[in-house]
Amino acid sequence: MTASTSQLKRTAVKPRQRHLSSRGLVYLFIWPTLLLLIAMNVFPLFYSLYLGFTDYSAIARQAPEWVGFQNFANILNDKNLWQYFATTGRYALMTVTLQTLVGFGLAMLVHEKFKGSGILTTLILIPMMISPVVVGLFWKLMYNPTFGFFNALLGFTDPSKSPDWLASRFAGQPMPGLALWAVVIADVWMWAPFVMLLVLSGLKAIPDYLYEAAAVDRASSWFQFWRITLPQVAPLLLIAVLFRTIEAFKSFDLVMGMTGGGPGVQTELISVDLYRIAFLGQFRTGPASALAYIILIIIIAISNLYIKYLNKSKGEG
Amino acid sequence: MAQFEETGPRTPVVEPTRVDKVHPRAKIGKSVRVTITLIVTFIMIIPVLVMIMTAFKSRADIVTPPPKVFFNPTLEGFLYLFTDRSIQSPANLEIERAKSEELGYWDKLALSVGQKINGPSDYVGRLKNSVIIAGTSTILSVVLGLFTAYAFSRFKIVGKDDLLFFILSTRMLPGVVVTIPLFLLYKQLGWNDTYIGMIILYTVFNLSFSVWLLMGFLDEIPVEYEEAALVDGYTRMQAFFKIVLPQAVTGIAATTVFCLIFAWNEYAFALMLTSEKARTAPPSIATMLGSGGLEWSAIAAGSLGFLIPVAIVTFVLRDYLLRGVTFGAVRK
Repeated sequence: MTASTSQLKRTAVKPRQRHLSSRGLVYLFIWPTLLLLIAMNVFPLFYSLYLGFTDYSAIARQAPEWVGFQNFANILNDKNLWQYFATTGRYALMTVTLQTLVGFGLAMLVHEKFKGSGILTTLILIPMMISPVVVGLFWKLMYNPTFGFFNALLGFTDPSKSPDWLASRFAGQPMPGLALWAVVIADVWMWAPFVMLLVLSGLKAIPDYLYEAAAVDRASSWFQFWRITLPQVAPLLLIAVLFRTIEAFKSFDLVMGMTGGGPGVQTELISVDLYRIAFLGQFRTGPASALAYIILIIIIAISNLYIKYLNKSKGEG
Repeated sequence: MAQFEETGPRTPVVEPTRVDKVHPRAKIGKSVRVTITLIVTFIMIIPVLVMIMTAFKSRADIVTPPPKVFFNPTLEGFLYLFTDRSIQSPANLEIERAKSEELGYWDKLALSVGQKINGPSDYVGRLKNSVIIAGTSTILSVVLGLFTAYAFSRFKIVGKDDLLFFILSTRMLPGVVVTIPLFLLYKQLGWNDTYIGMIILYTVFNLSFSVWLLMGFLDEIPVEYEEAALVDGYTRMQAFFKIVLPQAVTGIAATTVFCLIFAWNEYAFALMLTSEKARTAPPSIATMLGSGGLEWSAIAAGSLGFLIPVAIVTFVLRDYLLRGVTFGAVRK
């Protein structure tokens, strides 16, 4: 790996290289960035922590009024919010599991090169780069019960006897959960390529001699997969899973583009609900800030896992 | 010996020679795998194909079940997307038709659906906003990021790891969480729905990404080149501009394109912090309404504006995608 060789080189020249420069230049290079980040990220964070303890509306003329832990208590006692958290958790579990499986499968398919495998890989990667809200719209069109392609491809020809995915109805009967599955399918379509990309990089790093040795020992492909491929790819797979879990908890654009939380509250993910409380008509800034902090703490917990892991693997590499 | 060389292979052996690869069963396995890959790729790409087809369908072709694969291509969608039209009375239509010889292509197209073009639609202005905001913020975040990344890559900095962690952590924040206080801050400054507000926001949004990615690229440039230049009497700045920058061009280009795509695609901030003057394309494309619901041909036509750049970028940057999506953490 080039990273490790350059690191080696750098350790060797460290004493000379590190002291060539003027302090002033370093500050000049770093501080504009840090100041911007502090002004636009750190300040807002502390401000919203304060707002989380107040009763305040951004559009009211009243100053924020300190209410202590009232907002947090209200949130923890709000059955609806617990339901949205549960929906988000279920969504994250479903989408991350499927993405991992599909992504892994895709990587296994395109890993060994054949004529045109490069272009196929590139084609598969395209969804990941499209704007999530546009992906939401793509799939809204696909799922349309009368003129969408999704049902037609599944073999449903009569609109009155086929699923209406985004309305959670099947042949006119309500079928709860269908809309959430619709969102999950779209999200898997978009992000399975991401898992594929990471797994591919893991597969490429497996030394060939492991498989050769296994082939000489007449190990079955099944055995090779469980004992060589999977353990070797595991670190990168873990990165992919953590990355996607964080993103699943932040998921907003795709759902807004597809369902806007509907039908009813079936796809009301927590960040969609936060948007509703903070902006759409309600402008309940105080409670929204408190809720935002709870989401933030969950995400920090997952991110910490991720970064701890990243540092560990960097230390090894 | 000489005889052996003559009968040996003249060209390098590129075919795999491992027993588990040349066995007939392995060969069949390979062709099965290729076929499956082709089918899967096709399935993966269907939504994209559907969107491209829809962009060139007429309104009637879109809404008639069953969904059509073959149709008469038309540019109606682009007409709905880019122009503001009014429905004409039959009498007016007759008058317009009479002089249809002098009309341009788009006017004729509008006439064929019984409408008259009044001028460009709001979407044109929003695309312009998107270009200005995404372009300016990308330049700012790459330039700022480049200096910061260089400092982190080359100098000894107290608390370097913590600072880098801090920079990365800002990107992990959910957009919705930061938006509430930013909305209030911008309200105080009068920056809601302004170019400056959005440009600064997107600059910061991409800054952590550009620092991390560029640092990865800069780390790969051997420090010896600069040392040689410094010994030869270059100042640090000269060494940076004349030695480092030319070698980092690929990395800078890749970072720029990633930042541009992120800013171009951004939806949540734009939805919450803009309304009219500085609204960008992503939030407005979702609300493209026609008579009787969403105007799908217009939405599809607009989606092409997001799809085509992305397809080109994915193709051009395919070797850097992995770095791009993992903040430079995973490189190969």
